[in-house]
Amino acid sequence: MDDSILSQITSGTTATSEGQVVDIRQLCVQFGKQVVLKDISIRIPKGQTVAIIGESGCGKTMLLKSIAGLLAPTSGRIVFDGVDIHSLNDMDMTRLRKRFGFVFQNAALFDSMTIHQNVGFPLRQHGVPQGKQAQTMILDRLAEVGLPSNVLPKKPSQLSGGMRKRVGLARALILEPDLLLYDEPTTGLDPIMSDVINELMMRTRKRYPVTSIVVTHDMHSARKVADRIIMLYPYSRLKPGEKQILFDGTSDQLDQCPDRRVQQFVHGEAGERLMEMLSSRNNSGDLDTINLHDPIARNRKQER
Amino acid sequence: MATDPFPDIAAPQSRIMAGLTRVAMAWGNVVIQGISTLGDISLFAMQMLAWMFSSRPKRETLMPNFYAVGVLSLPVVALTGTFIGMVLAIQSYHQFKTIGLETRLGAVINMSLVRELGPVLAATMLAGRVGSAMAAVLGTMRVTEQIDALVSMGANPIHYLVVPRFLACVLLIPALTVMADFMGIVGGYFYSVIVLGIDHAQYLRNSRDFVGGFDLFTGIFKSVFFGATIAVVSCYRGFHCQPGADGVGRAATAAFVQSFVMILALDIVLNLFLDAVYFAIWPSGAKLF
Repeated sequence: MDDSILSQITSGTTATSEGQVVDIRQLCVQFGKQVVLKDISIRIPKGQTVAIIGESGCGKTMLLKSIAGLLAPTSGRIVFDGVDIHSLNDMDMTRLRKRFGFVFQNAALFDSMTIHQNVGFPLRQHGVPQGKQAQTMILDRLAEVGLPSNVLPKKPSQLSGGMRKRVGLARALILEPDLLLYDEPTTGLDPIMSDVINELMMRTRKRYPVTSIVVTHDMHSARKVADRIIMLYPYSRLKPGEKQILFDGTSDQLDQCPDRRVQQFVHGEAGERLMEMLSSRNNSGDLDTINLHDPIARNRKQER
Repeated sequence: MATDPFPDIAAPQSRIMAGLTRVAMAWGNVVIQGISTLGDISLFAMQMLAWMFSSRPKRETLMPNFYAVGVLSLPVVALTGTFIGMVLAIQSYHQFKTIGLETRLGAVINMSLVRELGPVLAATMLAGRVGSAMAAVLGTMRVTEQIDALVSMGANPIHYLVVPRFLACVLLIPALTVMADFMGIVGGYFYSVIVLGIDHAQYLRNSRDFVGGFDLFTGIFKSVFFGATIAVVSCYRGFHCQPGADGVGRAATAAFVQSFVMILALDIVLNLFLDAVYFAIWPSGAKLF
């Protein structure tokens, strides 16, 4: 690999595109015939916090996993600091991942390891010497997310959901990444713990010059933490010619958006979605599940 | 309202043909799926081998797997080995006694154990005890995004999770096989000499005369391939686990069933190969196939 690109990967010294940290260009993700994401283009400047909202199945998590390099897109590019991440070989991708932090929906802590081993895992993986320096880093990150040092010898199963999420955040922060990716960080938490996580995300941003992408259903969280909100819509339900990104703007602009689908999502109203679901059930009933190659089942369907 | 349940099928012959076609399609689908899975498992094994030779696994990942595969499997392998040796003695005694060859019982028991039952028994125990657990653990890690977390932190999951399990199975199954052989021989001896009263000296002499070094090698050589099969199939099943508790359960079951079937299929191929080697080295030996 070219030396200048290699130094970009490891150090983060950008030589490119107008301070863009993440540049998603015409991204498509498809599984067989099922299109999940189509022609998604988003530019995220350095230091910005972007919330990606949208109903279940619209491809938010797929987008996040594509950005993290966990999922190869069908077509399109994801450029991070001038480097197309999906064109990198395994070795370069590993180096680049040192600059990413990923907070998973259910924390994804390793069950077999203690909290100390979980938080210190990225340090060991990237060759940071184990010792006093590593110990200090682990304790500092835990303190930043409000966890005492007595959790260190515990296993993830001994912690509450909120504590596990905070450990996940500490683990993501341990290497002081340039890009933090949050997958539904407040899902499954009580309102107070959700707000604790929101506050921690905001404090993290104040402490480090980090770019953040937050996938969430939680409008309160999106409005609180994000500089910019992007709403995706399921590709299968778009009208011909429509873009999958229904809204891209600030929290204030979100309220002014004329698109009814955006307003329904923001205000949590089922609207015609319930009728759509019920009518599709009535039209097809349970016949969709019947094997239509079976002459008896086919005949029964014709009778109906 | 339609009354004919098969409106588009006129003659009974057509109906039979349609049925046969459906059966052929179903079997064809099974065969295609089987070949496809075998191809996927082979690619998975190649990736694993590439990682194994390119980067040394860390001690912290090796030791827990060595302990789980080797130390924790030892009691169950020893116990089942003992029982198998005793069962062989019970089953064979009366037939041998009727032709006056009961003192040769040791030769038959020991030969069966060392060449065949020892390695297959150790492999079966390993597939049941360790293989299913591997598939369940890796499947749970897949479902709960722990494998994605590993990747996101720059670790290769095949190098980190599969290579240590593979090495543990391949390097420790010979020891388990030797343990199964030994305990089976002890069990057979105990039942034959202590319970059935066969002469101790004759039993041992016949045992020693019939079982040679190549027989022991045969069992240990086969066991290495069995261990490799268990590790690759179980890890593959775990990595390709479907979501949910049902998916993890299916992965664990499939890991055992597929490992066991592949062990038996491999046993035939390896026996043919080893016999060919035996007769190439000692051409005067009796032909077995």
